[in-house]
Amino acid sequence: MPASVTRDVPVRPPRALTVVGVLGAAVILLPFVALVAGVDLTRLPRLLTSPAALDALGLSLRTSLTATAVCLVLGIPLALTLTRLEFPGRSVARSLVLLPLVVPPVVGGIALTEAFGRRGLVGEHLHVLGIEIAFTTTAVVMAQVFVSLPFLVVALEGSLQTRGEAHERTALSLGASPARTFRTVTLPLMAPGLLAGTVLTFARALGEFGATITFAGSMQGTTRTLPLQVYLERETDSEAAVALSLLLVVVALAVITLAYGRKRVTIS
Amino acid sequence: MRARTTALLALAAASAPMMTGCTGGSAAQDTPAGDVTLTVFAAASLTDAFEQIGEDFEAEHPGVTVRFNVAGSSDLVQQIIAGAPADVFASADVPTMDRAVGAGAVSGAPRPFATNVLTLVTPPDNPAGITSLADAAAEGVNLVACAPQVPCGQATAALARASGLALDPVSEESSVTDVLGKVTSGEADAGLVYVTDATRAGDAVHTVDLEHARSAVNTYPIAALAEAEHPGPADAFVEHVLGAQGQEVLGHAGFGHP
Repeated sequence: MPASVTRDVPVRPPRALTVVGVLGAAVILLPFVALVAGVDLTRLPRLLTSPAALDALGLSLRTSLTATAVCLVLGIPLALTLTRLEFPGRSVARSLVLLPLVVPPVVGGIALTEAFGRRGLVGEHLHVLGIEIAFTTTAVVMAQVFVSLPFLVVALEGSLQTRGEAHERTALSLGASPARTFRTVTLPLMAPGLLAGTVLTFARALGEFGATITFAGSMQGTTRTLPLQVYLERETDSEAAVALSLLLVVVALAVITLAYGRKRVTIS
Repeated sequence: MRARTTALLALAAASAPMMTGCTGGSAAQDTPAGDVTLTVFAAASLTDAFEQIGEDFEAEHPGVTVRFNVAGSSDLVQQIIAGAPADVFASADVPTMDRAVGAGAVSGAPRPFATNVLTLVTPPDNPAGITSLADAAAEGVNLVACAPQVPCGQATAALARASGLALDPVSEESSVTDVLGKVTSGEADAGLVYVTDATRAGDAVHTVDLEHARSAVNTYPIAALAEAEHPGPADAFVEHVLGAQGQEVLGHAGFGHP
């Protein structure tokens, strides 16, 4: 069979492209190598266990986990609506949902202030009701949800589209209710995208900086997450900033490994 | 496939002389007859005043173009120590300039050229009815200030000590412009910023004069740098900032004389 013949030929990119590709990898990896090289290992334990660093780490983990949970609650229905429901302007809606991915986070922070700030579109009414969001941990979580929700939606849309609607159509035609079809067919179909998407959402929330500093402010234990702490440490103690940066890189690396490792297992 | 490889190699070969061409260009600026581009690293609060001073200086020194790199003082000192090409450094406080001196980056002794004091600003309608620092320190008031790690935060701490008040800000920002932003957007009831920031903000804020403002005076030092590419024009620029014309521009922006 001709198919088996073509399968035997290994697919290789031109050698010159591989050389440029290695250069591309260096562009990404070299700064991280330098970061690791720049850490003073003898000072590292003390730098990472300062009260300010521990507060920032604790706050970052708490808020990122909360934001990820909120993203799951909102993101699964949103992805389903965008892929499984026919409505006018659907393609426009799908593009608009991606906006936080492409606008600079500081713009996101300004937009959030315009919406939920004390004089904002919604915030104005919340203020009358005695609800204040700015300068609270809630504001941090909102900023994180805003920037990371598209990651989850994109991952879920990918899963839903590659798997198609056939399985769900079968379940519905056999008399299963939409709710039961969602639980027993659609949700398992989403699983690979759900895992990878959740992990990436968490990672993006953990790294959120611009929208947080603009919308939530910066106060130890309340709003000063790890990236904000790194930014502030840089002012006086660049070594501490490097040490905290390394911590963020390690957490991010763990998260990516988890996402990619799992994804490969589930797909193959 | 071979054609593509050749094209790539040609591209790589073509980009090599372009790179050397760049370095050759900057070396050419050293010739006395050629035009000089003076690079000034200036603290962010100096932006508007230094733009004007730069224009005045260029008018007085034909052939010299002044280029500014504006950022927080500690960012600037890190860039200078890391070898960024700069001729002059104007810092927003003495300790930051001292870091540059300690690293051997400064030529001669830095000279104080301006002072700045803190003031209290509120949104234009002053929703919390603040008339003093004590009002701003009261419970339930959203006061925003600079973090102690940055110069304006050090000044804030000194001001609080002099006033005998324990400030309880809802947010400690990394830069004074972030404090101002929180006030102009109406998020904060009050913010502690420099007088020059309040002057620049104009009608966007209401200013409350502080009784103990003079207790925390921030001094701005300026110096030509040891690695300056153009030492002569660098010294001339420092003299211009300290001279009558420079001081007048700074005074207009709200800075005090040292």
